[in-house]
Amino acid sequence: MAQVKYVSATRVYAKDAPPAVDALDLDIRDGEFMVLVGPSGSGKTTALRMLAGLEPLDGGRVEIGDRDVTYVSPKDRDIAMVFQNYALYPQKSVADNMGFALKMQGVPRAERERRVREAARLLDLDEALLNRKPKQLSGGQRQRVAMGRAIVREPKVFLMDEPLSNLDAKLRVQTRSQIAELQRRLGITTVYVTHDQVEAMTMGHRVAVLSGGQLQQCASPRALYENPVNQFVAGFIGSPAMNLQTVPLADGGARLAGTVLPLPAAIRSAAKAADLSELVIGIRPEHLHLANGSGEIGGEVMLVEELGADALLHVRLAGGESPVVARAEGRRPPGLGQHVTFRVQQDDLFAFHPVTGARLVG
Amino acid sequence: MTAVPVTPGPRRLREMSGRAGWGILAWIVAIAFFLPVLWMVITAFKPESAAETWPPQFVFKPTLSEFRLVFSGMGPFLTHSVVATIGSTILVLLMGVPAAYALSVHPVRRWRDGLFFFISTKMLPIVAAIGPLYVIALKAHLLDSIWLLIILYTAMNLPLAVWMIRSFMLEVPKELLEAARLDGAGRIREISGVILPIISPGLVSTALICVIFAWNELFLALNLTVTNAATMPMYLISSVPQEGLYIAHLSAAATVASVPVVLVGWIAQRSLVRGLSMGAIK
Repeated sequence: MAQVKYVSATRVYAKDAPPAVDALDLDIRDGEFMVLVGPSGSGKTTALRMLAGLEPLDGGRVEIGDRDVTYVSPKDRDIAMVFQNYALYPQKSVADNMGFALKMQGVPRAERERRVREAARLLDLDEALLNRKPKQLSGGQRQRVAMGRAIVREPKVFLMDEPLSNLDAKLRVQTRSQIAELQRRLGITTVYVTHDQVEAMTMGHRVAVLSGGQLQQCASPRALYENPVNQFVAGFIGSPAMNLQTVPLADGGARLAGTVLPLPAAIRSAAKAADLSELVIGIRPEHLHLANGSGEIGGEVMLVEELGADALLHVRLAGGESPVVARAEGRRPPGLGQHVTFRVQQDDLFAFHPVTGARLVG
Repeated sequence: MTAVPVTPGPRRLREMSGRAGWGILAWIVAIAFFLPVLWMVITAFKPESAAETWPPQFVFKPTLSEFRLVFSGMGPFLTHSVVATIGSTILVLLMGVPAAYALSVHPVRRWRDGLFFFISTKMLPIVAAIGPLYVIALKAHLLDSIWLLIILYTAMNLPLAVWMIRSFMLEVPKELLEAARLDGAGRIREISGVILPIISPGLVSTALICVIFAWNELFLALNLTVTNAATMPMYLISSVPQEGLYIAHLSAAATVASVPVVLVGWIAQRSLVRGLSMGAIK
């Protein structure tokens, strides 16, 4: 068990190209489940591979448990990795797959078998499967074997590179909670890469949001949701995504949907201090409350997505801005073409700099 | 599925006749290729007197006398061929695997040049090299020696084998090699424990092609050996006497010489198809 530390870790693939990972600073605590999340090309997988030793660093360093491992070969870093496509050895049995690393370490056969069986039990893998070849297993079983191969090693750090992306939706949700629960039980520091923000939010103790090779924010899921530091994090975290509209400033508020939406004093003064004539307003779908004609902003319902418990309303605003999405009670949602108005609480409003994307707070 | 047309529509008819046309063409081509082989096998069973007649005789009393004659004389030739073929193929695989590894999985510096060098050796007509080869063999006291053929056949097949094995190695998923590295496998273990089991069908097909090329090779054997290392193709030539009838004898010898290659090919058919169409690794 160990903490992991990235110190200005940088990776440049091609000269003249922007770095794939740009001076990443990240502290991962002992036993923590850290999720790296971001769109493709954000550098999250590269960051993970740098920790694994599969990708050299062009600057900075990586530490595992106070030991600088920047130049240590992958096998000596005491880590285990679960790959997106599992990377199981096709010619080896499940047991041999799981025990291969131990064999390489020279662990005696009896001990090896004991640890493999123990890992299989931990993962609910039937003992009968241990003699099969990977291709005789279902996708879910393969995923668990890949997990097992990592567990058997009893490493200091687990690295997982989108381990659920090859599973179907239902199994993914199920396995998601199993992995989180397993990690809690084993207490092994885990770095988990995903592009799926729901996965990130549900699994991680903390989530590091990356974009364009740069760390945008690292915080607990709740903190990311409630206090995104910039427009990117605000738009990336939360489902459906936050409604973001670039709107002109008006006296006492911002002009949206043909009226003036009052803004909190802190935002107004921050906008004034930055000398802005417009800003980006962010409202989460769940913060647009239907108001029966008495709300601040209104528009026409273009599309209703019924989710069961909720319904998502796609609404064309009266001011002609791009449509917004609102979450409404699922039981009796407004119909298509209906005119609706929303009430927004001032505390729920986010505002961002239209150029830099930074959060505007007083 | 309510209205099943009783007669095929014109478009469907055209499709069917088109397909039939291709089918017939394929048969014609196949027969054209196979006919000489069939002729050879049939002739091998004829007595010499019936072999070379016009019009050709289709009704004859089959005899094994020519085969008996062939078997009585081919012992040493067969041995030389087997030794040269198997020996060179083993050497090709032993050297080809590491070479292909160094040109694919962990490419050495300037691997492109290396790769081109390998294939460029196949571009020179072998006739142009026979003079120097002869002199070298003479000075090295290797003329008419089986070692010479083993070395030459190895050199002859190695470039092709490196290219083939390399292409198979490139198909091995990168993540598997990375998993092996994380698991602590060194280079040797990576090759023997991870790569080789995966590309084994490819290795079989590579070996098979090397076997066929070495077995059928005539030019080098003819020019650099006389008796101590003369191979089966040379035996075929020696079956042609200066005078007299020889077609039946030659056919019998040729049939015998073809059997091993056909047999090996037939046995390795499955892995040959798998090997030549790799990519089904997942």
